[in-house]
Amino acid sequence: MISTAHTRKLLRRQKLGDGLFQVVAVVGVVIALATLGALIADALVDGVPRIDWKFLTSFPSRKPAEAGIFSALVGSVYLITLTAVVAVPIGIAAAVYLEEYTNQSSRLSRIIEVNVANLAGVPSIIYGLLGLELFVRAMRLERSLLAGALTLALLVLPIVIIASREAIRAVPSTIREAAYALGATQWQTTKDHVLPLAFPGILTGIILAVSRAIGETAPLITIGALTYVAFVPDGVLSPFTALPIQIFNWVSRPQHGFHINAAAGIVVLLLVTLLLNALAIFLRNRYQKQYQ
Amino acid sequence: MSHPRKSRTGEKFIETALLACGMLSILTTVGIIGVLLFETIGFFKEVSIIEFFTDTQWTPLFVKKHFGVLPLVAGTALTSAIAILVAGPLGILTAIFLSEYAPVRLRQILKPILEILAGVPTIVYGYFALLFVTPLLQKLIPGLGGFNALSPGIVMGIMIIPLVSSLSEDAMYAVPRGLREAAYALGSSRLQTAWQVVVPAAFSGITASFVIAISRAIGETMLVAIAAGQMPNLTFNPLVPIETMTTYIVQISLGDTPTGTLEFRTIFAVGMVLFLSTFALNLIGDFMRQRFREQYE
Repeated sequence: MISTAHTRKLLRRQKLGDGLFQVVAVVGVVIALATLGALIADALVDGVPRIDWKFLTSFPSRKPAEAGIFSALVGSVYLITLTAVVAVPIGIAAAVYLEEYTNQSSRLSRIIEVNVANLAGVPSIIYGLLGLELFVRAMRLERSLLAGALTLALLVLPIVIIASREAIRAVPSTIREAAYALGATQWQTTKDHVLPLAFPGILTGIILAVSRAIGETAPLITIGALTYVAFVPDGVLSPFTALPIQIFNWVSRPQHGFHINAAAGIVVLLLVTLLLNALAIFLRNRYQKQYQ
Repeated sequence: MSHPRKSRTGEKFIETALLACGMLSILTTVGIIGVLLFETIGFFKEVSIIEFFTDTQWTPLFVKKHFGVLPLVAGTALTSAIAILVAGPLGILTAIFLSEYAPVRLRQILKPILEILAGVPTIVYGYFALLFVTPLLQKLIPGLGGFNALSPGIVMGIMIIPLVSSLSEDAMYAVPRGLREAAYALGSSRLQTAWQVVVPAAFSGITASFVIAISRAIGETMLVAIAAGQMPNLTFNPLVPIETMTTYIVQISLGDTPTGTLEFRTIFAVGMVLFLSTFALNLIGDFMRQRFREQYE
């Protein structure tokens, strides 16, 4: 038999272990969050004082104090808009096909599903190599906005497809049955009933995709986007630069003044991506609650 | 509605269009493999595959050219290993804390924060590694170079914590309540339940999160391109500049290497090695995740 004293000792030891672990775990979580906090604080401290109207509206310059992010900012806006215009309709259409038009267990749909999951794990720089050969060289788009946007579109397509599929799947099947019962065709059911109901979830995916595309640097460098552009693109075939590329260019220079510029660019980039991500997570949480 | 026949052809057309969009993802994969294969084969016509995998020097831009990919592989392995050494323990700790200890409210706050931070562009981490962490480390380790594998490795580890913790937590969450209750009924503490019941039960899922995190670390580009240097260096010393496979591709892309030359083809051969290693790791990771799902559902 185990004595009461022994049990008590055991319990005390358990409690001690529990308490200790909790401390270790909290310290671990705090280290992670503190580092990330330091990252943001570091960029803010260096960058915020540099941001003013002139910084946002000036072209890059050899003198750090006169340089700005105008061409990068405009380039990013054009690039992301073009990316979304290509990736969003195709991504939603692919999701609709997989969820509404094929037998879920059919071979083709399984192949596409596995394939999309794998594509989501391919390093972004590999998409850059694909874009370089396919869009820049084979299609002769050169180092244009269009080549960049098509490359990024392929990169974010899996994000749009996966999020849209989840959203479409969450629409109750009774909605579809009701539409069919009233004589709607499959496409009418999809476009008038399923897609509107799935919209918040799809929107979450689109926002995440856009946020990802804004921060992508490596594939754009690989397709040869320029790092010094003192003009605003005048069409989809124009050469361009983008905000993360401009930041990279400034970080790579030895002068301290350019590092400050990089920090200021990072603050702008972080502001946009973090706001978009927060919005996406907020939308998703709200939307999940609605269904439960 | 009034023209059923017209509507039916419309339906058929729409279905075909939708299918085409679905097929585009397959074409992307075919495109990636095709492009890499085409250029890699071209590369191996001029450089022997044995030299590629056994030569210990990588100097394609020098007069005396060496095409040994090992230094780049070593650089990639080094930064990824440091990253997983940081992200593994911290990620599991965070996952256990979130899944077994944290009160619901704290969990509701912490999870979205981790998710938002996972969305920080990697170039930001690169800036942080080069201009914040490296100077900090240089105070602790005298003689540490301005470019080294340690600083970007550590920062990359912190960057992939959310990936490890969220995948591990999913795995722990899938462990049936009954197992935990049985452990508590036998008098286990929370810690004992977590380490001796939940973690072993979720083991394949946790391993999968490691594998996927490593794959992510291998493919990471901007962070190492900014902070690790551009020196192909066959070493496992984390204190000296190195070059990863991804950095090499960036380096060539930024330079003025003419397209179609042997030097230009090197980035596709390196890209092939990169693609195959991440692809294999992703497959293994997915396979492991499927396994733990099947066990309990």
